[in-house]
Amino acid sequence: MTFAGELLTRGSFREIRKALDDRKISALQLCEESLRRLQMGQAQINGFITLLENEARVQARLADEKIQTGETHPLLGIPIAIKDNILIKGTPTTAGSKMLENFIAPFDSHVAQRLRQQGAVFVCKTNMDEFAMGSSNENSFFGSVKNPWNLKCVPGGSSGGSAAVLAARMVPLALGSDTGGSIRQPAAFCGIPGLKPTYGRVSRWGLISYASSLDQIGPMATDIEGLSALLDAISDFDPKDSTSSISSSKQNLFEEFRKNENETSLEGLRIGIPIEFFNQSGLDPQVSAMVRHEIEFLESRGAERVEISLPSLKYSVAVYYLIATAEASSNLSRYDGIHLGVRDGQLEKLEDIYSQSRSQGFGPEVKLRILLGTFALSKGSYENYFKKAAQVRRIISDDFSQAFEKCDLILGPTSPFEAFELGGRGQSNPIEMYLADVFTLGPNLAGLPAMSVNIGYSDINLPLGMQIIGPKFSEKKMIFLSQVLEKLKPQHSRVSPFCKIWEGS
Amino acid sequence: MNLFEAVIGLEVHAQLQTDSKIFSSDPSRFGEEPNSVVGVVSAGVPGALPSLNKKAVELAVKLGIALNCKINLRNRFDRKHYFYPDLPKGYQITQFAEPICGEGFLEISEAEKKVKKRIGIDHIHMEEDAGKSIHRGALTLVNLNRAGVPLVEIVSKPEMRTPFEAVAYLKSLHEILVFLEVSDANMEEGNFRCDANVSIRRLGETELGTRTEIKNINSFRFVEKALDFEIARQIAVVDAGGRVSRETRGWDAAAAKTFSMRSKELAEDYRYFPDPDLPELVLDSKWVEKIRENSAENPEAIRKRLAQKLGLSESECTTLMSRKDSFEFFESAVALGTDPVLASRWINEELLRRVKELGPEATLFDLNLKPQNFSDFIGLIKSGKITGKIAKTLIKEILASQKNANDLVRELGFERIIDPKIHNQWVDEVVEKNPGPVAEFSAGKEKVLAFLVGAAMGLSRGKGDPAMIETILRDKLLARKNPL
Repeated sequence: MTFAGELLTRGSFREIRKALDDRKISALQLCEESLRRLQMGQAQINGFITLLENEARVQARLADEKIQTGETHPLLGIPIAIKDNILIKGTPTTAGSKMLENFIAPFDSHVAQRLRQQGAVFVCKTNMDEFAMGSSNENSFFGSVKNPWNLKCVPGGSSGGSAAVLAARMVPLALGSDTGGSIRQPAAFCGIPGLKPTYGRVSRWGLISYASSLDQIGPMATDIEGLSALLDAISDFDPKDSTSSISSSKQNLFEEFRKNENETSLEGLRIGIPIEFFNQSGLDPQVSAMVRHEIEFLESRGAERVEISLPSLKYSVAVYYLIATAEASSNLSRYDGIHLGVRDGQLEKLEDIYSQSRSQGFGPEVKLRILLGTFALSKGSYENYFKKAAQVRRIISDDFSQAFEKCDLILGPTSPFEAFELGGRGQSNPIEMYLADVFTLGPNLAGLPAMSVNIGYSDINLPLGMQIIGPKFSEKKMIFLSQVLEKLKPQHSRVSPFCKIWEGS
Repeated sequence: MNLFEAVIGLEVHAQLQTDSKIFSSDPSRFGEEPNSVVGVVSAGVPGALPSLNKKAVELAVKLGIALNCKINLRNRFDRKHYFYPDLPKGYQITQFAEPICGEGFLEISEAEKKVKKRIGIDHIHMEEDAGKSIHRGALTLVNLNRAGVPLVEIVSKPEMRTPFEAVAYLKSLHEILVFLEVSDANMEEGNFRCDANVSIRRLGETELGTRTEIKNINSFRFVEKALDFEIARQIAVVDAGGRVSRETRGWDAAAAKTFSMRSKELAEDYRYFPDPDLPELVLDSKWVEKIRENSAENPEAIRKRLAQKLGLSESECTTLMSRKDSFEFFESAVALGTDPVLASRWINEELLRRVKELGPEATLFDLNLKPQNFSDFIGLIKSGKITGKIAKTLIKEILASQKNANDLVRELGFERIIDPKIHNQWVDEVVEKNPGPVAEFSAGKEKVLAFLVGAAMGLSRGKGDPAMIETILRDKLLARKNPL
């Protein structure tokens, strides 16, 4: 294996950074290796929708020039995969939909602009569930993504492509987006860390909206240091997004990470364990045991365990699927075959253009959610459904606030089960799939930061994730906890079986 | 025969006078190349997000204050959904549940009846305009320049009873918008559009009848005509034993008729809900107070001041205030000590006529007349140094040369002649040259006197004093008639 290959497969973010800064490797070499892997693995993983070969090389050369002048920045010259609902100027952005098959982004998303300024190298646009609706990545118009831990299994969704290319060690960093768990659940399924930031921390300018009040772009990485560097890079107040928060001003988590690297004590950290998380029906006993085991380990390092309750959490699935679908039905109105989307040129009547374009352009899950959302907002049901949901959302939020009076962070499973087989669970019954989101929806509804970290492997060697939920803008604390875990349990940072493919090459 | 009364409520859309659109930095200018001022927000490109234009909010608050409205310190934007090619997002951002201004009122004065009436304002909300669809045969062209242009919708209560009142309300509202610089309210450019809701009921009834909505009437005159027509139509329907049906009607100006556009019996479902891209708008009460303090005088107060303190008549006020430029010019002239009544008369009659000659877009300021010079000019009239007739010539000269009025009078010898001897000579000459009329006068025809005075004034080239001429003339003619 080449040095670049070695770095991508086993190197930590620290090692990659150092190799670039010491000029042991160029950004271009790293970029080429990343592009090569993406292409080579595509037939099996299907992780990306668009490969950004030319753009990536230009950015890599630019990064090399800067490195030559002694400039350094955590992300300078690092290859990164971007979820395909995030706009990069001049490149196709499909959101996993046929509707946007030919859409070329006319501007940079705020995050792309920031990453570009900081010298990151965009290598591909990753595959995803159509319009980020789904948790198995089987809803992509561009085909499903396979899990590098087991190619028969789904990678989770909707940021499944981003999680898969990380687990396959094709890139060290990726951006995902999370509306109800779309970063955390695939991170858990693919054994990598992924974080959904506090709502308002990262600008949504240039993110194709699914449900505006819940959507948040966030970092996914192969390790915590990379994750913190990426989160720093994309967090800031952006006046172009009215929901962007003034408090997003930099905390410098990357520096914090380095400062804390010898710290292993969790003394004084109160971890809250919601009873509701563990008596959830459908929770795989293996997952439950693993999370409990991890909590005991944290206690052994000085953390204080606090039993808490989130009584309204049981409503989160119902509330989420009313609010998210309502907002989606509105956000997706613009795909009408007139300004955007596919259109049958033979049609003359306006109504026909709308119905045909939308029937042909959207996949079944998207149609289902548009219908649900349209219903929730229609006259007569608005008061009973949407408005009620908005009220209960506030109660869920209050539950979390009360819980955080007793603890610093809340822990629990990310998903009730490990990655499942393609064509199985995800395809049979959408409601069953919705129910599996029960652990991840709360933080989106309450606008809280939440992340998933790997805590081990199931009996069939599939990764299992633990979720860490914090109060608003507590990412620093969450990253500290995951940093300690990563250090004390290196056995949880295994490389996926798919990576064997790189050894011979 | 039954006696009916009409119940009228008006919804006015006015474009807010901002440089950029309500949710983006796209310029909000009229008359640009089609689709040339359409950025990603206005075009509804995926990933683009709205951010509110503070100036638009300020103007809406300013208007609310002028219309005596409650300003809602917490208000928010909603999405109104419908599919149409000129609505690129598939929804319009508007304020449905929590508008920026609550109840208020507007006083209308009816010049002829000398009564004031308060018309209630239900609310004022902000919203973005849609684009424009232009139908050309089988083709429909879409121009999105207007998409995202900031509007306020001023919704009155159904408290007007006659088309005359409706027009008075609209004129008064128009005047406020223009005076406070909230909107240029230019009707030709579609910056002031009116929808009228009208129903009829038998006199004495308190229940409201079924209303129809007449869309997009674009002049005061048409509002009156459309309402007249519609009220008569509804009365005819009811008189014939029919029922007025709930519908949206259009106004066909050529045929002077309203016509049915679509039935409203099956109400459309716009699926309003709070726009999640825009957080609740929370206004700082200090900011609102500042706007209140800095607000220009509203037209009603101005009218009072002009009438009571400056002695202008109602119709003089109305003409003067129909244009912001003439009013501003008037104010600056009066500030220099100019006689207000004369100033107003000369602005309304002479200066505005000149402005109109310059073209439809021209303003009074394009005349390049300095208020001080105008003030000097009025001073010459007021002091009697020049005659009214000369004044007309003088103003022409001033506008043409930009010279000072006093200098010009001296230069051109325009000063009024006050010497009685010279007047005597003019009178003698007139009497000599006009034996016919003189004889008629002697025969008792008083009327010819005016002709003879005019002739003498002509001899004076307008510089003589007509009163003095008349006195001398009368004396001389009477002396001829009854010689001593």
